[in-house]
Amino acid sequence: MIPSPRSSSLQLTLNGEPRAVAAADLAALVAELGLEPRKVAIERNLEIVPRSLYSQTVLADGDRIEIVHFIGGG
Amino acid sequence: MNAQAPVFETPNADAADSWTVAGRRFTSRLIIGTGKYKDYALNAAAAEASGAQIVTVALRRVNLSDPSQPMLVDFVRPDRFTYLPNTAGCFTGEEAVRTLRLAREAGGWDLVKLEVLSNTPHLYPDMEETLRALKLLVSEGFSVMVYCTDDPVYCLKLEEAGAAAIMPAAAPIGSGLGLQNRVNVRLIVEQAKVPVLVDAGVGTASDATVAMELGCDAVLTNTAIAGARDPVRMARAMKHAVIAGREAYLAGRMARRLYADPSSPLGGLI
Repeated sequence: MIPSPRSSSLQLTLNGEPRAVAAADLAALVAELGLEPRKVAIERNLEIVPRSLYSQTVLADGDRIEIVHFIGGG
Repeated sequence: MNAQAPVFETPNADAADSWTVAGRRFTSRLIIGTGKYKDYALNAAAAEASGAQIVTVALRRVNLSDPSQPMLVDFVRPDRFTYLPNTAGCFTGEEAVRTLRLAREAGGWDLVKLEVLSNTPHLYPDMEETLRALKLLVSEGFSVMVYCTDDPVYCLKLEEAGAAAIMPAAAPIGSGLGLQNRVNVRLIVEQAKVPVLVDAGVGTASDATVAMELGCDAVLTNTAIAGARDPVRMARAMKHAVIAGREAYLAGRMARRLYADPSSPLGGLI
């Protein structure tokens, strides 16, 4: 069952998974997901969005968002 | 008798000895990976014990189902260690460029480790694709330390394409087999005008020492520390191993000889 959409909710593909969000821009999305902006990097439709532009980056239905961070590796 | 103790000149090797990659100077000649540790706290303790100033890191999707889970940056802190983002998991130049652009945005620097592996059980680098990816990254302004095979001809091509450092494998990643081809690594060291690091295959402290004795500028290891019974102690061992190998290299080893040469004089025997 698809969660009942709020009036302004958007359907995104977030890290490969479909997800409905209330956020209208990237800054709000990061907050909605409980992430710290300085610890992640974000790609919107294969384009990197600089951290300084999160609040100006308006989301649209169908956006493909990748949110990544550093993990242990060799 | 309480004669004055003789004073020996002890040159401060630590202060004098350093290496430089892409304009950044480092005094530690050990780079450690941050994979395969039981947890990030142990990883951080090993990193401290190793004396390393650079750590390799990977870039992956944030787990959105649990954003409160521990994050590497809270343990192995980027203000204490230079993060060297890698391209592990990338099989093409385009994937490597995409990953490192994101890493640059996440961390804010251009020094990166390129590894384009073959899809094989030995995981040796795909050198054709590695060279292609290197050219793409250099054109994007990255300073690229390149994981590669120990082929001196390909290593020269990497250098000519603008590699910031050449990092031949001692043996397959995570194998712990130690340096398999000393001749090749020595040839690579002799010809290179950029730093040469042995990366992958180090199993224990003596392997790191051998690499440094051959004249490598530094050693990169992950599993040898993370996979030891006591990673913090092995990290400390690696720190000393790299220093020992470097000092031996600078000291210039004695010539090998087939027969004995007595250490005590034969004259004056009673």
